[in-house]
Amino acid sequence: MEQLMADLKKQIIEALNLKHLKPENIGDDQPLFGDGLGLDSIDALELIVLLQQNYKVKIENPQDGPTIFHSVKSIAEYIRANQTA
Amino acid sequence: MFISGTSKIRKQAIYHQGTLAFEDTSVSLDDFLTAAYDHLSPEYPKFYKMDRLAKLGFLATEMLLRELPIKQYAPESVSLVLSNAHASLDTDVRYHEAAKTSSSPALFVYTLPNIVSGEICIRHKIKGENTFFVSSSFDAGLHEAYVNQVMQQPSVQACIAGWIDVMDSHHDVFLYLIEKEKRGLALPHTAEELTKLYR
Repeated sequence: MEQLMADLKKQIIEALNLKHLKPENIGDDQPLFGDGLGLDSIDALELIVLLQQNYKVKIENPQDGPTIFHSVKSIAEYIRANQTA
Repeated sequence: MFISGTSKIRKQAIYHQGTLAFEDTSVSLDDFLTAAYDHLSPEYPKFYKMDRLAKLGFLATEMLLRELPIKQYAPESVSLVLSNAHASLDTDVRYHEAAKTSSSPALFVYTLPNIVSGEICIRHKIKGENTFFVSSSFDAGLHEAYVNQVMQQPSVQACIAGWIDVMDSHHDVFLYLIEKEKRGLALPHTAEELTKLYR
């Protein structure tokens, strides 16, 4: 889980062009949207693409998006729960 | 109405009121844009997500308004009139290539030339009329006529106007601020003056 979260932080910085940040600047539980990391709706679409391409994981129900993308930890938990071996 | 100030970006050099303010020709255009952002230190992380056209417009506007802030004007009283030759083709080509292997929503949103206008408006809280023309070269006559028409509206107090063009490593940016009140350079807004300033 720790390695997955570390990988996710690097991938999020790369995919979302967050060049002002380093992986250690992103907390495991830190909210990614709103007052947290300040991501927006376009970033949410990029995160969906990232999960599909890197982990073959799809978001089946769009209404689950805010819960899944709450933090790096919640994304990692979703990947673990939905990734096929 | 008067031209209060100008900014230019050419050959990886930024000019303010005609004077060199920053230059780095030793790196790629992308690295130059990042270096210029670091030099200006505007603390606006969204810059990193912008395409080249928006980055050039953002940097030129930062330089233009650095000593000529427009905070005294109501958001609705500031207009924006921009033009270029390549529209958003620089990003269109990159998106076309990227789409062959994956989709990128963040790149797709920049496949319109007037997105740079939106980025400038968001950054500087501008809510006035904005227009984007595409022509083969900077048309001083068009700018004189159209911007003067915009400025004649009683509600408009200032206008950021000019040329923001990029295609691959080629880039050419010339922005100016025109106001009803005399400030800064206080030059007449005529095609002749614009042609001289654009050179």
